[in-house]
Amino acid sequence: MVSEAVTAPVARARRPRTGTGYPRYVAAKAGGAVVSLLAVLVTGFFLFRLIPGDPVKTMTGGRPVSAEQLAAYRREFGLDLPLWHQFTDYCGKALTGDLGTSYQFRTPVIDKITEALPNTLLLTGTAFVLYTALGMWLGTRSAWRHGKLGDRLNTGLALTLYSVPSFWLGLLLIIVFAVGLGPIPGLFPTGGMESGGKEGFAYVVDVAHHLVLPVITLVAVEYGQTLLVTRSALLDEMGSDYLTTARAKGLRDDLVRRRHAVPNALLPTVTLVFVNLGRTVAGVILVETVFSWPGLGGLFYQALSVPDLPLVQGLFLVFASAVIVMNTLADLIYPLLDPRVGR
Amino acid sequence: MTLLEVRDLTVTYPNGAAAVRGVDLSLDSGSKLGVAGESGCGKSTLALALLRLLPAGTEVGGEILLDGEDVLKMRWGQVRAVRWAGASIVFQGAMHSLNPVHRVGDQIAEPILLHGGAGAAAARKRTGELLEQVGLPTARARAYPHELSGGQRQRVMIAMALACDPKLVIADEPTTALDVMIQAQILRLIEQLVSEQELGLIMISHDLAVLADTCDRLAVMYAGRVVEEGPARAVYEDALHPYGKALSGAFPRIGDPASRFAPRGLPGDPPDPSDLPSGCTFHPRCPVALDGCEVEDQWLREGAPGRRAACVHVGAAVRSTT
Ligand SMILES: Nc1ncnc2c1ncn2[C@@H]1O[C@H](COP(=O)(O)OP(=O)(O)OP(=O)(O)O)[C@@H](O)[C@H]1O
Ligand code: SF4
Ligand SMILES: [Mg+2]
Repeated sequence: MVSEAVTAPVARARRPRTGTGYPRYVAAKAGGAVVSLLAVLVTGFFLFRLIPGDPVKTMTGGRPVSAEQLAAYRREFGLDLPLWHQFTDYCGKALTGDLGTSYQFRTPVIDKITEALPNTLLLTGTAFVLYTALGMWLGTRSAWRHGKLGDRLNTGLALTLYSVPSFWLGLLLIIVFAVGLGPIPGLFPTGGMESGGKEGFAYVVDVAHHLVLPVITLVAVEYGQTLLVTRSALLDEMGSDYLTTARAKGLRDDLVRRRHAVPNALLPTVTLVFVNLGRTVAGVILVETVFSWPGLGGLFYQALSVPDLPLVQGLFLVFASAVIVMNTLADLIYPLLDPRVGR
Repeated sequence: MTLLEVRDLTVTYPNGAAAVRGVDLSLDSGSKLGVAGESGCGKSTLALALLRLLPAGTEVGGEILLDGEDVLKMRWGQVRAVRWAGASIVFQGAMHSLNPVHRVGDQIAEPILLHGGAGAAAARKRTGELLEQVGLPTARARAYPHELSGGQRQRVMIAMALACDPKLVIADEPTTALDVMIQAQILRLIEQLVSEQELGLIMISHDLAVLADTCDRLAVMYAGRVVEEGPARAVYEDALHPYGKALSGAFPRIGDPASRFAPRGLPGDPPDPSDLPSGCTFHPRCPVALDGCEVEDQWLREGAPGRRAACVHVGAAVRSTT
């Protein structure tokens, strides 16, 4: 699974070889992305109609309501129209940025999303930078001393954490470091993004304090993949003749690694980095829920438990778009970074 | 003055392959030594051993005296100082020996900056001069290796090898991957640069004819040993050792790649270095082997003034050549 995620975009990105090929390549990639986005739009609509339950009933929360009131609700949300009509309505509006109105909040879905998006970006962005740096650094060291004890400990730990469910690790961290366990005092807040009532620098510190545990959780479960991919990419380069040349020139071992081996090995890893960024935004649902982080993931959880159809659809669109856009960016950037591919 | 003196060099790879088994070589400054032999006889291993570039875990024995100092006894810091500044290598196959993601100019300048302590501007100027010396326009410094032809890449490798004015240049099959026309150009270039600057040259090739043209002396290797050594012309035209004879008969034309792995008139395959034949390692393929050859190991012995070979027949054959 690891290698698939990485090699596929690389293989595709290697295609443009001629000097004039790049604009055409960009057009093709962008076209492909648009088609994927449209497919997501359609899937999003039909997929969530399959969820059992009457949305209007959930809206009224089981209170006794008259038939007229129900009909009024149905009309308000367009649920009295035939399905195909609802579908064309939804598509038309979605293309203009109108994702409908949330059943439970009674506000436009797009507002809820733009409200929560910065919080998610703060959390995932911080985690992303940290786990990418950590994964690449450890992966490089591991490959350079492959087979040694350090390498085996490194990869062993990474694989273990990689297979740990994020919500479980999150809960564990909350119990130990937020609630406090035995002699360990509760060092960090159990959830949320701020304690409230703080301003300026104190506010920044407060948010950072709240960030610690969810970021640790995300980094722990995500850095392993970067580590393994970096490690195997570097291992592939290790026997290369140009490394012998570099050594023959009299370069120190760490310079041979940094200046010659790593730049060659990291090119394929760049693709993974972008793919990961998209994936992390979409994969943050569990962690945000566990830590009550006011982001898209927490919102998605709330929307699903109602179920709040328009909100679920809107969020699904955002998550899927994040993955598609990042994959496309990876494809577009790779040929610019690798001088062999040309542009 | 003796520039390089190799004494009883042995190399055993971690998998047990005895790739070099007691090689003696000697090279005066400003002179040119050719090393010939079939694929797998240990030529590249020998070259890498001279600068201690063999993979970790490889056992290396003997002495490698470069300017009187034993490379095998040096601390790593000294070894790094000797690399490229004392002796440089033009590697086999310039396609893979250049780093694909760095501009060739930067790769040439790298050892200049490292060893010369020169500033960036001086290094760039020197890089331009080197490129011109090997017949490339200065502007090619900005090219990436994949933007150059095979011959141009080999020229870059040569420019790089000369960057720090080493006393010794080791050229490991510098022309193997090139077509015949370009081969001749590159050979002439190396010859000219080496004689202009009075460098010592070790030229490695499977092609005896090329070496006879370029070098002063010739060493023929078989299964990790030098089996014949002498003045280049004499070894090429009238080899003492049966293997040397087969090798010089094998190349009717310079650079015929088909003959590389199967010298003409020589049956069988080169031996596997982790499972060598007993006695004289050449005996399973030798057309003039005697009964004793299966058991008795052979070492280089004087066959004629300035000529040595490792074969029972040597000594008897001497009279006819003088
Ligand atoms: N890293 C290694 N580990 C184990 N054995 C090796 C290694 N490198 C080379 N050998 C073996 O050592 C022997 C000598 O190899 P070497 O590369 O020195 O031959 P060569 O004379 O340069 O051949 P060619 O003409 O093909 O370049 C070969 O049998 C090869 O299989
Ligand atoms: S010693 Fe014997 S086997 Fe070896 S080369 Fe001479 S004749 Fe042939
Ligand atoms: Mg070789």
